[in-house]
Amino acid sequence: MNATTQMNDAILQVDHLSMKFGGLVAIGDLSFTARRGEITALIGPNGAGKTTVFNCITGFYKPSEGMITLNRADGSTYLLERLPNHEIPARAKVARTFQNIRLFSGMTLLENLLVAQHNKLMKASGYTVLGLFGFSGYRKASAESMELARHWLEKADLVDRADDPAGDLPYGAQRRLEIARAMCTGPELLCLDEPAAGLNPKESAALNDLLMDIKHNTGTSILLIEHDMSVVMQISDHVVVLEYGRKISDGNPQSVRTDPRVIAAYLGVDDEEVETVLTEVGDEDVIEQLDIGPDAAHGPGTSSSYLAGPVTDTVGHSDGERVTVSKGASKAAQVDARANSPRKPSERATAKPTGKSSTAKPRGGRK
Amino acid sequence: MAVTVSRESDSVATPTQRALKEAFYAGAIALGLFVLFIGLKTGQNMSNELVLTQRWGLLAAVVIATAVGRFLYVAYGQPFMANQKIANVATGLLPASVGSRFFTLPAFIVAVVAAVLLFLFNSSLAGWVGAEPAGYLQFLRALAVIYLLACVIYYFRAFIHANFTKLGITALVLYPILVVAVLSLNAWSIAGGLQGSLKWVDNFGIQILIYVMLAWGLNIVVGLAGLLDLGYVAFYALGAYAYALLATQYGLSFWILLPAAGCMAALWGVLLGFPVLRLRGDYLAIVTLAFGEIIRLVLINWREVTNGSAGISGIPKVSFFGLMTFNVSDPNYIAKVLHIATSSAYYKIFLYYLILGLCLLTAFVTIRLRRLPVGRAWEALREDEIACRSLGINTTTTKLTAFATGAMFGGFAGSFFAARQGFVSPESFVFLESAIILAIVVLGGMGSLVGIAVAAMVMIGGTEALRELDFLKQIFGPDFTPELYRMLLFGMAMVIVMLWKPRGFVGSREPTAFLKERRAVSSSFTKEGHG
Repeated sequence: MNATTQMNDAILQVDHLSMKFGGLVAIGDLSFTARRGEITALIGPNGAGKTTVFNCITGFYKPSEGMITLNRADGSTYLLERLPNHEIPARAKVARTFQNIRLFSGMTLLENLLVAQHNKLMKASGYTVLGLFGFSGYRKASAESMELARHWLEKADLVDRADDPAGDLPYGAQRRLEIARAMCTGPELLCLDEPAAGLNPKESAALNDLLMDIKHNTGTSILLIEHDMSVVMQISDHVVVLEYGRKISDGNPQSVRTDPRVIAAYLGVDDEEVETVLTEVGDEDVIEQLDIGPDAAHGPGTSSSYLAGPVTDTVGHSDGERVTVSKGASKAAQVDARANSPRKPSERATAKPTGKSSTAKPRGGRK
Repeated sequence: MAVTVSRESDSVATPTQRALKEAFYAGAIALGLFVLFIGLKTGQNMSNELVLTQRWGLLAAVVIATAVGRFLYVAYGQPFMANQKIANVATGLLPASVGSRFFTLPAFIVAVVAAVLLFLFNSSLAGWVGAEPAGYLQFLRALAVIYLLACVIYYFRAFIHANFTKLGITALVLYPILVVAVLSLNAWSIAGGLQGSLKWVDNFGIQILIYVMLAWGLNIVVGLAGLLDLGYVAFYALGAYAYALLATQYGLSFWILLPAAGCMAALWGVLLGFPVLRLRGDYLAIVTLAFGEIIRLVLINWREVTNGSAGISGIPKVSFFGLMTFNVSDPNYIAKVLHIATSSAYYKIFLYYLILGLCLLTAFVTIRLRRLPVGRAWEALREDEIACRSLGINTTTTKLTAFATGAMFGGFAGSFFAARQGFVSPESFVFLESAIILAIVVLGGMGSLVGIAVAAMVMIGGTEALRELDFLKQIFGPDFTPELYRMLLFGMAMVIVMLWKPRGFVGSREPTAFLKERRAVSSSFTKEGHG
């Protein structure tokens, strides 16, 4: 906001964004910038607040604090937190898709894309009055909107099914249709909420192509939430990592990939790997904490079955286990804390957990 | 395990055994249900005492009828229907359908001969056999005519299905002419034909078309936008009272007040819309229900303006665009202008064409609106409101336009109703009316104009037709009044239709635009909307 160059460069600027639901802080003091013409990825573990950020940007939530600035290509600037919900796509040109697909399932694919061009067609139809009497201006605009719809149906490889109901499409095609529908609003910023969720590798690759095509041919900037790292690492130019509503890393995919805080917090690591990471950074307390954690005799461990031990043991243990996890919940914070406190090399050597990995269980396995 | 065993024993049992068993259960259930309803009847005697009449004979008849019906269905009906689905092994063809077996050429010829004979010798036969059996002969004649009509419909079913809209509109336009022609032939005079046509044009034609128009108006709100409105009759009342008050107080013409009443109702639609916009589903339904009741209570209690429960009478008739009137005393009375015989049927026929025109206007506007962005936005709103907002659609104004447009057509219908009746009172605008209109929309298939028109014809025409079943008095005794059973039949018809076609007569949805070909969208994909 301070310099004009920066203003043109950044399409979306999130400053000190906080969102609180009662006592729960879903997002705490989040600031990041999405640059024009780039694909910015927002990643983080489940419940990190990614979708909440999206809902704040697209006006479905009013943020508790903070400022969300959108700079359009024509130089106009919108404060998204002040715009009503429906004006964000209409005026600020921000389009979005949803994590659980929200298509108009009883309408055909073509109709879905025509509904997306509502505001343009509304003007062309003279707010219904002229259209009702069949003025030629509306017919022309209507033909143009059909062409745009056909264009995006071709891009999404769905033109053969244009006259089928959207609810009849397979899952992957519904994802592509939702993106095509969002693009039909003519957005400058496209927000995609887990576009690759539930897609097979082939569909995922097709999605990557579609997104790269959008980036190169329309000049639309993309902000996406994604769990599929193949998508994130391949196509994004900039990655923002959230954990528990706070930003823990921000940079290009390579730097984020190697950031120990991110590794610890997110990138599909098991507890044993976290332990390795922590050991590398020199963390004793956490390793001890991991030690007190559930062991093979009680937890699902080796047998992977809760029926392996007495029920009381399992139940009793699951309580303690939850406490342990919530204490050390933010792994990135642990990494931080350890990295900040200086350690002697000798201590680090003693802390090396040889053979400990057998007792610590992978988190993913328990979920 | 036990379940499988019992199933095997079921299949081992012969159909007759199974049918006997099921007939017994059906009879037992009927006995339990009807022992108090039919077996006992309470009444009053001369000294105002409660008397209990026992009707065990009637109860036994009903129970036996139920059991026999169940037996016949299970023993013969079900195997027959199952056989209809099995193709012949040798030829690979399905057995002849029930329709082609029922509508055969010999039967058709017999029906033609019977109908012609009964028509020709109607009067002489009546004198010959006496008054009571003559009623049965008339019934027989009606059956023959219905069979002939059904035959014609059956043989031309493909053509009718393909051109349903055109044929329907043609039939509606020709209806009064046909009625007058047929009745004139029957009575051997045009005057008699006109007089006889009053009932058919007014009670059937106009009455059904008013409900068609109301249901099409409500269809915009419920069927397209998915906003459940239980107080639609309020807009009907507003239109009726707007015309009644302005016409009686200021003497304004119907042609000015028709759009004015529509605008008035639309304005109130918006006023109602504003506070209820945040509500969804059941909550919206309850608030609209309350709105309907508020309007009715205001009409009852605001005596200075609305004349309370007594209503407003002496509402002027519609004129033929000011050129001709339908008041006998006027110098430009239609019969004087055109030099024809005086008859009250002209006004009814004129009203019929007026409401037909209004209905067609409603249909035209609805079809046009569906293809405009606002109509698509209504349907999108029904499908998913959140997605609508994410696409930049202002859901507030979209909902308000749906409310206003639906209310406007309600207002038109209301002012027509006032002009037709010449009298309005709050009793015409009770909640039951809203419920009937909504039932028509749901039965017809939400969003489908043709389905709704058919549903209105069945529901309103059906209840009117019950008044015509006088011959039933010969069976059930002179106290029997079939129209008292119309709500029972209404409910039964709804249950049957909802079992047979859960999404209404026309469940599929016609897309508003297409790239290659127009294909109807199956009802399994469309949503009902949540307010």
